[in-house]
Amino acid sequence: MKHISWRLIVIVAVIAAAVVYVLPTLNSSLWPHKSINLGLDLQGGMHLVLQVDTQKAVESTLARISHEMRAQARKARIKYQKIDLAGANAIAVEISGQENIDQFEAMLDDDFRELRIADRQATDGRLNLTLDLPQTETERIRKMAAAQALETIRNRIDQFGVSEPDIRRQGQERILIQLPGIEDTERAKQLIGKTAQLEFKLVDEAHDLDTALKGDVPAGSEILYQIKEDPQTRRVQRTPFLIKKRGMLTGAYLTEARVEIDSQYNDPYVSIKFDKKGARIFERITADNVKKRLAIVLDDTVYSAPVIQEKISGGEARITGSFTAEEARDLAIVLRAGALPAPVNILEERTVGPSLGNDSIRKGLMSMLVGGLLVVVFMVIYYRGAGLVADVALILNILLIAGGLAAFQATLTLPGIAGIILTIGMAVDANVLIFERIREELGLGKTPHAAVDAGYNRATLTILDANVTTLIAALVLFQFGTGPVKGFAVTLSLGVLSSLFTALILTRAIFDFFLINRKVKTISI
Amino acid sequence: MQFIKPGININFIDKRKIAFAVSAALLVVTMLSLLIHQGPRYGIDFAGGTLIQVKFSKSVPIADIKAGLKAVGLQNASVQSFGEAATHDYLIRTDKLETAVDGFSKSLIQALTEATTADPDIRRIEMVGPQVGKDLQEKALFAMFYALLFITIYISGRFELKWILSGVMAGALMAAVYFLSLFHVSIAMLIAAALIVTLVLFWFLELKYAMGAIVALIHDVSITVGIFSLLNLEFTLPIIAALLTIIGYSLNDTIIVFDRIRENLKKYHRDALPVIINRSINETLSRTLLTSLTTLVVLLALFILGGGIIHDFSFAMIIGVLIGTYSSIYVASPILLAWQGRARKR
Repeated sequence: MKHISWRLIVIVAVIAAAVVYVLPTLNSSLWPHKSINLGLDLQGGMHLVLQVDTQKAVESTLARISHEMRAQARKARIKYQKIDLAGANAIAVEISGQENIDQFEAMLDDDFRELRIADRQATDGRLNLTLDLPQTETERIRKMAAAQALETIRNRIDQFGVSEPDIRRQGQERILIQLPGIEDTERAKQLIGKTAQLEFKLVDEAHDLDTALKGDVPAGSEILYQIKEDPQTRRVQRTPFLIKKRGMLTGAYLTEARVEIDSQYNDPYVSIKFDKKGARIFERITADNVKKRLAIVLDDTVYSAPVIQEKISGGEARITGSFTAEEARDLAIVLRAGALPAPVNILEERTVGPSLGNDSIRKGLMSMLVGGLLVVVFMVIYYRGAGLVADVALILNILLIAGGLAAFQATLTLPGIAGIILTIGMAVDANVLIFERIREELGLGKTPHAAVDAGYNRATLTILDANVTTLIAALVLFQFGTGPVKGFAVTLSLGVLSSLFTALILTRAIFDFFLINRKVKTISI
Repeated sequence: MQFIKPGININFIDKRKIAFAVSAALLVVTMLSLLIHQGPRYGIDFAGGTLIQVKFSKSVPIADIKAGLKAVGLQNASVQSFGEAATHDYLIRTDKLETAVDGFSKSLIQALTEATTADPDIRRIEMVGPQVGKDLQEKALFAMFYALLFITIYISGRFELKWILSGVMAGALMAAVYFLSLFHVSIAMLIAAALIVTLVLFWFLELKYAMGAIVALIHDVSITVGIFSLLNLEFTLPIIAALLTIIGYSLNDTIIVFDRIRENLKKYHRDALPVIINRSINETLSRTLLTSLTTLVVLLALFILGGGIIHDFSFAMIIGVLIGTYSSIYVASPILLAWQGRARKR
């Protein structure tokens, strides 16, 4: 019959496609090489949501501008009372003397066009200005900072070596990171979260450290600490340093950073190399400050503060500290990948160890097997021959869901397994509906063939209606969900679609085959 | 084999007053429990905080674990054993966001080893910041609301061919909710108000089937929430997934009865509505019970064998399936009769 033959083609095609997609999961060398992805809750790993503190990027931009402004004013011999940050978003300027004011305003027009004059008060030869960045500019800085942070973090993770990481923007300022299979989560977190702002600053040797520690910190300097951990006693030692605030050189000029081993003490250290411009600055600093101490500061922690013995040209330096090999390697990675433009905070963290993931898979599959078997046995007892048909549909359902998961590269999670188990329970529903209808029609005295026809015709619309609503719920869930819950929505949707297919097309074809082709006269239902 | 004989005729409709009383009582219990517990007990997904699952090499007293936690500054953490007792798994919950601190898990392992003299293995850490928790809470509420709304459009359209009417109404509701949510109104209040408005509109527009379905759904979800609150179980993301699935499942049942009612209305147009409704419920009873049974069987397998993480999820589903089955027989269909009384009074 023509009617049956096209249906047969569809059925065979769908089953064949499902088998082709499922096989790579069992043997990864097979085409199309798309195996079912396991979620972090099943294979173990780490899920992080970071917030990029973009406000800090705006602040540091303003700080940089005010720094430049002071430097230029000094250069042009403009006397000023104050050029400083006022709060988080503005620069306050105070200048007296008409000549100074005129010169300063000319400089402002020439070199600082990006600044907006938020407030201007001039009273008898004294000018008070409040400068800030226009809205569009702060927006741009924030966006740049978030984009750059994403890029930097991606870079770091790539160099760290994680298979199939998933790193993406979430909303304006959040970054979602998924690292499957990662074991040392502590280390990964440190690697990702480090701002890695490398700075070279002079040690303030003109003032006394002890008076500064008592609270009398000289203007232009600050107290930073060197933190060392003794590997044997695990005692942490904090050594204070009085460091000049002004940075001489930053990590922005780095071209290379790699781990090397000290030949004398066998300690690992990080050797860094500057680009041409950086090398020139470094040469000048070292030439100007021979016999002074230059501190290497990373994220406001002093790593070392060696005395400059002589001018260093060539642009190479080393960062020493009591590193373990791992620490040195991670430091080299963050230095190579560059600094984060703004600090990041961890908003959400979910870590699953591999042993728990394995447990979950085992238990999930076990309950699937037991639940499935119970339903299969029940259907045969209750509907006999027809029950067997429903069971074939049921098993095919699981195959189709698995194939769908692989084909769409969806992720299987623990709630996802629950979704499959639920589908087993609900997939028989469509068949139950049809069978009950067929029994009713048989009860009215119809022939098996007519009863099956009527049963399917009447039940089809009901089945569609009932399943569309489940599908609506599943789609809403997909929209709202994260990670595991999304996995549940996916398997539930796939389950609804595949049970529609098996109930309306597959089982119908099986009945028709027996009733029409084999001319079976009775029906076992 | 047959559990329900053909031609069965149980008079469900006559007992609807009793059923309404039972439902009302359950809803009151739900309200009271929520009032006493001051709202649902949110898990860390919604409330923010840290959850740590630790497996020990041997059974250890909870007091010892607490002592270890105190050493790392987690005085107020709650500790309970988790999953089967033989695995020595424990869950630690705290509202602090400690894991963001450098070296936290190392110092935790050290402190726990010292305090319990057993080998701890940190198997799972979940830390959710308060902002993310609040976001997830709002998203979950919106998800429930939109699921209900879309489903009602579908039902009004399919059963009463009022696609445009229900679509316009739903669109207006969505716009209103979206607009108001911009003004930082409490989302929970907003959605409760939107649901009440929806019900009132259904009543006056006589969208009977949609009304029956949505009342049944609210009934099912509320009572499931109530039972969770009574047992002091936690609301987490998977539980929201379970609630949405219950919505889908319970509706599945309801629609099958409605479908039969619609069919029988054409077939026996001389009979009174209560008789037709009762006949339809009886005709579909066998299917309703069978499907619930097979679903319950697999859910029980999941509940018993699925392990601790999926435990509450399967429990929520079991309650939902039981109540969903009850409501599609005793709640959704009898509501179709509500308009009858109104018509007679006119």
